[in-house]
Amino acid sequence: MKYVDEYRDSAIARKLLDEIHRITTRPWALMEVCGGQTHTLVKQGIDEALPAGVRMIHGPGCPVCVTPLEQIDKALAIAVRPDVIFTSYGDMLRVPGSTTDLLALKARGADVRIVYSPLDAVRIAAANPDRQVVFFAIGFETTAPANAMAVAQAARLGLDNFTVLVSHVLVPPAMCAILESPSNQVQAFLAAGHVCAVMGWTEYEPIAARYHVPIVVTGFEPLDLLEGILMAIRQLESGRAEVENQYVRAVTREGNREAQEAVSRVFDVGDRKWRGIGMIPSSGYHLRPEFGGFDAEARFDVGAIHTAEHPACIAGEILQGTKTPLDCAAYGTLCSPQKPLGAPMVSTEGVCSAYHSAGRGLAAPYALPLYELTRSDR
Amino acid sequence: MCLGIPGKVVEIRDDGAMRMATIDYGGARKEACLAYVPEVGLGDYVIVHVGFAISQLDEEEALRTLELLRMIDEEGMAMELGSAAGNGGGGALTAPAAGSAPPPGAS
Amino acid sequence: MREKRAAADPFAAPPDPANMTCPAPIPERARVLLGHGSGGQLSAALMRDVIAPALAASSPGGPLNDAAVVEVAGQRLAFTTDSFVVSPLEFPGGDIGELAVNGTVNDLAMMGAQPLALSLAYVIEEGLPIEDLRKVTESVARAADRAGVRIVTGDTKVVGRGAADGLFVNTAGIGLVADGVAVGADRAAAGDAIILSGPIGLHGVAIMSIREGLDFEVEIASDTQPLNSLVAAILAVCPEVHVLRDPTRGGLASALNEIAAASGVGIELREDSIPIPGPVRAACEMLGLDPLHVANEGKLVAIVPASSVEAVLAAMRALPEGAEAVEIGRVVADHPAMVTVRTIVGSQRIVDMLVGEQLPRIC
Repeated sequence: MKYVDEYRDSAIARKLLDEIHRITTRPWALMEVCGGQTHTLVKQGIDEALPAGVRMIHGPGCPVCVTPLEQIDKALAIAVRPDVIFTSYGDMLRVPGSTTDLLALKARGADVRIVYSPLDAVRIAAANPDRQVVFFAIGFETTAPANAMAVAQAARLGLDNFTVLVSHVLVPPAMCAILESPSNQVQAFLAAGHVCAVMGWTEYEPIAARYHVPIVVTGFEPLDLLEGILMAIRQLESGRAEVENQYVRAVTREGNREAQEAVSRVFDVGDRKWRGIGMIPSSGYHLRPEFGGFDAEARFDVGAIHTAEHPACIAGEILQGTKTPLDCAAYGTLCSPQKPLGAPMVSTEGVCSAYHSAGRGLAAPYALPLYELTRSDR
Repeated sequence: MCLGIPGKVVEIRDDGAMRMATIDYGGARKEACLAYVPEVGLGDYVIVHVGFAISQLDEEEALRTLELLRMIDEEGMAMELGSAAGNGGGGALTAPAAGSAPPPGAS
Repeated sequence: MREKRAAADPFAAPPDPANMTCPAPIPERARVLLGHGSGGQLSAALMRDVIAPALAASSPGGPLNDAAVVEVAGQRLAFTTDSFVVSPLEFPGGDIGELAVNGTVNDLAMMGAQPLALSLAYVIEEGLPIEDLRKVTESVARAADRAGVRIVTGDTKVVGRGAADGLFVNTAGIGLVADGVAVGADRAAAGDAIILSGPIGLHGVAIMSIREGLDFEVEIASDTQPLNSLVAAILAVCPEVHVLRDPTRGGLASALNEIAAASGVGIELREDSIPIPGPVRAACEMLGLDPLHVANEGKLVAIVPASSVEAVLAAMRALPEGAEAVEIGRVVADHPAMVTVRTIVGSQRIVDMLVGEQLPRIC
């Protein structure tokens, strides 16, 4: 695949890694923001191949993981209704709510459908005028333009049976929250490449300046991450704290103007709760009042929601980067991808599932003992 | 957070108010919305996320970076880290501007 | 800024799923999920925790296998059954009829058996166009002919609308295992070579491309085909082949994990040698899926003593079904029950089994 395979070249990867080793003279702690970046680092063993003192702290950039439990429970309460077709990105289906998840509801007969694009949800609404179609609009800034277009399109078509359950979160406030924390150890960031493809990187300049942290806008392929880490460490070693762009093929400083305008026409910035972290002011999007008619939370009365996280789940500390899955007592035992206690284990971009799939910290064999296959002695 | 993959625009059509395209990812084709990349045309590459092109892939930049990456020798980066003018920094391997002094450092 | 979790939410002790009563929802673990049919870890758990224990009394000697060998008058008779529930009934490269024949023929072949005869049972949803039924049955006939087996018995039932996805097909098959052939998932030994008969991911991607909600175009077709001739060719040069396995649901990764666990060995793959067609890679990238987890219907894995590799490859490549046969890895004594590949930085990473159903993702 063009513009993908080239960034997976193992010879160049090793050379970048050698250069990182050559220039690193001190211990450093870097945070990669995006779950997709975490996944690549763990899957390719890049974080374990870095110089001994360099630590990658995994950031909260997994929208599935940080969608507040209340929103999941609301989604479940809406999805069980017989008049509703509940549409969602595939990632959300296995995320545990307080008592169940969307996939289980689907197994029990709820009309839950996976969509690839929010426009598919609008199409379903147009094709099913006698049903209520709800779309679970989650994501970071990368996904907001698509979700905004779905609302705009539904408005254009005059659909009265389409609503969105919004749970959008923003990266820069989360970075500040992490930097403000007294237990923060992050000294540099790899910013999320596709978030920046939409938003540009102007918002990161004041952060780099105020907290004196290098921020490198980084892509998602192994060579992107290695190059981004190299650039960040070069800054750290020379005492600089600037915003740089590794992902030059996809990101410009101003980002995508059309996308940003479309988002601000439909959404407003407001406070948002992050699952496991708590309330971060001005860290999310809400529908503007003029689009209030498309708000699923207004259309459906879901009653009082009492959320309950599993007490053994330390997702909050994982998402803040203060602990790793290896610090979790339930990891690999009570909690696994087949029976996740929390979101980071179920999301393919979550830290816990990345670690588990890579077999980290698990005793072998961890595979379930399987039914016996054909034996040779019969 | 962002499963965005690069693909080539092989067909464009108008779907009411939205400009839609067929994107080829190297043998698999799927539709995507071009509303956010109005300057993109046939044959261009875009980054697609949930059915929307969010950015045009700058092929020149991509090829330039790959060239520089391939030129890395064992004694380390011959290239000095530089800021492409006015762009706030562009890649670990920005070549020095033509006519400037050779970069200090390894090799 | 950040609040502690406990202060933000009023939560009592979490509900204990085992003690919940109505009207609280039943926890998901008490219901069968689509994922239980995917061939990965959930399927294995269902077999181990529910089906096998219930059958233990009538199946002394162990849980049910995918196929079985019974001794009849000094001969070893292989016996297998499989149900086919694919929807839609027709897909690029084949239909449910062809799949039903090839699937059972291949299950027999993977036991080293020469397939002899198949049964064919239909569960038809009321309202299915008769023409569709005719087309599927003609496919069955063609596929059986190609594989050299006869359909000798069958059954037909009709159920009400909505009770079946158009048509469910079950085939059962019998075959003969020649003397000296002892193929089994538990027979892989350290040092063995792992051979794959051709490119992977074709069937799964072909099916996904026409699945509602996904809707993409690929110029590939399902690879469904009978493999009994290929197996016969392998056995002719290497009667002591250790393992034969067709990586269907759950993909290559799940099949190899099962073999590694059954044999108590490790497997190390050379990822670069695994042939993955461009369109399969592109479709998987687009949807966020791993090609190693995608189903195949006309491919096999053969695990043979290292000394036989060249002979087996030559024998396979002489047939169209094995034209692209290639060695993809080795069996090792290290990390038993684990399958690994090299990472981009030269370390090893684990190739996991598929968990539940493959869901396309945005992250």
